Amino acid sequence: MATEENNIAAPGNGSQSVSQQGFVYLPLIVGWLVPGGGHFLLRKWGRGALLSGSILAMFALGLAMQGKIYAGAHDILDILGLAGDLGNGLLYFVSRIAGWGADQVMVTTADYGTRFIVVAGLLNVIAAVDAHNLRTGRKS
Amino acid sequence: MTHFAAVVLFAFFASIVFGITQRETPRRMIRYGIYCFVLFVASAIVLSWVMYLIAR
Repeated sequence: MATEENNIAAPGNGSQSVSQQGFVYLPLIVGWLVPGGGHFLLRKWGRGALLSGSILAMFALGLAMQGKIYAGAHDILDILGLAGDLGNGLLYFVSRIAGWGADQVMVTTADYGTRFIVVAGLLNVIAAVDAHNLRTGRKS
Repeated sequence: MTHFAAVVLFAFFASIVFGITQRETPRRMIRYGIYCFVLFVASAIVLSWVMYLIAR
């Protein structure tokens, strides 16, 4: 069970075990909702700050370039774009509520902006999984 | 913003995330981040030239 005490072997040392308590998926969920949040939760301040800064900067640049925030999915490319955007966690929902981002891509840089926002979401998912790996001891 | 500036910014931020998440020690993170950045920018330049030559 995820909420029970988990004994995970420390990397490189089979005889020792690291006792970890609590919900192991919490860094994954927090990391998804808030960029870098999973690392902050694990007190990895430097890594968290760099991840947070990079993902937020990519998202902000995407918006500054009049990138589109996907609201619905009409074809397969829209589904992929929406999946990428959802990776931004709370940023996506705040953007939707606040009405940020362009409705339609009108200029070339807006197309780049749309990709920046999608990639920011995908990078955020990678960062959240990394936080989960740190939590479970798969990565040191 | 020029297209090349967009590529450089994209490469910069993506490389930071790749470096931190794909390697374990700070030294290897930095090296991998630089490696990714160079590959991103170099491949963008090479592909740009290829597309330019195809379009001619």
